[in-house]
Amino acid sequence: MRIRLRAKKLNRLRGFGYFNIIILTIFAVISIMPIVFIINNAFKPLSELFMFPPEFFVKNPTMQNFNNLISTMSDSLVPFSRYFFNSIVVTSISVALTVVFSSTAAFAFSKGNFPGKDMLFKLIVVSLMFSPAAVSITRYLVISKLGLINTYAALILPQLALPVGVFLIKQFMDQLPKELLEAAKIDGASTWTTFYKIVIPNVKIAIGTVMILAFQTVWMDSDSSALYMISEAKKTLPYFVTTLTSGLTNSVANQGASASAVLLLFLPNFIIFAIMQKSIMETMVNSGIK
Amino acid sequence: MKMSMKEDRILKSKIRREKVKNTWLEMKRNKTSYLFIAPFMICFIIFIVVPVFTAALLSFTSFNSIQPPKFVGLLNFKIMFSQDSVLMKYVIPNTFKFAIFVGPIGYAMQFLLAWLINQLPKKFKKLYVMAIYTPSIAGGVMISTVWVVLFSSDRLGYLNNLLINLGIISHPIAWTQSPDYLLGIMIFVTIWGSMGVGFLSLFAGLQNVDATLYEAGKIDGIKNNLQELWYITLPSMKPQMLFAAVMSIVGSLNAGQIGVQLSGQNPTPNYAGQLIQNHIEDYGFIRYELGYATALTFMLLIAAYAVTKITWFFLGTKEDE
Repeated sequence: MRIRLRAKKLNRLRGFGYFNIIILTIFAVISIMPIVFIINNAFKPLSELFMFPPEFFVKNPTMQNFNNLISTMSDSLVPFSRYFFNSIVVTSISVALTVVFSSTAAFAFSKGNFPGKDMLFKLIVVSLMFSPAAVSITRYLVISKLGLINTYAALILPQLALPVGVFLIKQFMDQLPKELLEAAKIDGASTWTTFYKIVIPNVKIAIGTVMILAFQTVWMDSDSSALYMISEAKKTLPYFVTTLTSGLTNSVANQGASASAVLLLFLPNFIIFAIMQKSIMETMVNSGIK
Repeated sequence: MKMSMKEDRILKSKIRREKVKNTWLEMKRNKTSYLFIAPFMICFIIFIVVPVFTAALLSFTSFNSIQPPKFVGLLNFKIMFSQDSVLMKYVIPNTFKFAIFVGPIGYAMQFLLAWLINQLPKKFKKLYVMAIYTPSIAGGVMISTVWVVLFSSDRLGYLNNLLINLGIISHPIAWTQSPDYLLGIMIFVTIWGSMGVGFLSLFAGLQNVDATLYEAGKIDGIKNNLQELWYITLPSMKPQMLFAAVMSIVGSLNAGQIGVQLSGQNPTPNYAGQLIQNHIEDYGFIRYELGYATALTFMLLIAAYAVTKITWFFLGTKEDE
């Protein structure tokens, strides 16, 4: 460790450190610029949105866009609050079930020793790369054959098949010492007790990470609503935001409203990540595929 | 040698029966394990395994979603390679270019950024990781809102305004509508949003390389950062690199909608940003030629699988390691 520190000091003397900071700052600025832009746009009054030449930063911030978003939508067929409610319901159920399903499966894959274990786990690792987008058509056929079209189940159930969730928790559980489980066995604990009294508290960090990943995918998902839902009243907030932005290519009319809506979608995601950053990093240490 | 063929066969079948019986007992003994994986496996099978196999089966049929599928053999694949001129002329070259930039080059960037951040003093690390990671949680919704506005085609567009003020261009350019720029913008925006879980995994891997290895390396005559990177850092974080690579592949598969999101139309202007995913949706959800669409899906999955296998070959942990 000491040698590394010394090496770092040498680097700084050579100027590599400064060069490094400059490069990274450029990347960091490009990275967050669009987000800064959204925040500014969300608070711009109409006059500033239409201003020429366009200004990046807001001068007279107002809540007008948020008010518009909520009030004009409440006059329309489906109020804003309805999309919001749908999103909350779908996201919370999906996240809760994903966590339960992934951690029980991870436990069996990590500590169990049943026939077919290796084969099934290999299948899960291979499926890490099968993104839902790649099989959207046949997935649609499956969902429609099951009669799930236009039900909340179509928004929730497919999300529960999150291979990366099982994978991350399993990798983390693999680090738990054998003695821990053996001690529990000797004390006469059942598998279930061992699982939720001993294993779960020790892998909280990984579970937190999977919760965040599940939250991010479901909360931001607009495609499922577009594909599987028929009635407007059952669609989610991200879908609604895409309808606001779909005509955006050459107009500024909806910019304020859509910016404020996007900000509302983005903030929870960002806040959760900021709070949980440390535990996510600790989980990721064990994310490697061996 | 005395044993006749018949006895041999009987013995073998006996062993086999014994094996099946043992497995069955083993399975019975582990029924809690099966109970534990059941909820996940059911969802996994229904929403991932079945769709993949259905795609494989339907790709040999002609199917319009109303009449039952009709077996047509390899017809879809023949059409794909001989008659679908849009596919050959635009979609495959576009997808290939897009995949090369977003895949290997995006992945190299992820690694480079993680590596550079890891050289920073500790107090800055968190901040930079957050800045680089944030776009990936912004999601597709952000893409259509921010980038479409920044690239919008009139003088009110931010990029146009900036470039006109700097004197680089004289009149506004319709960036996302222009066949010349669309693919480039798609690649830029996708890489911008791709520093996600894979990037975090790489960064975590870098932080966790055993420090004593570096000390040992010093003694063995490693002179600079680059040698250290090549001989020590890279080999010891192969597992994270493989995970990040797989996440990269998923990311580029998921990004297939970006051309349509940016230009607001499918097909994209002049097919300039048409990727295989858009082509699939075009046939699947717009023309309802599901047999052909699933044949395309099947090819995409095979390509993705091949790429994963290649990555595995380079980054996978070998038996003797």
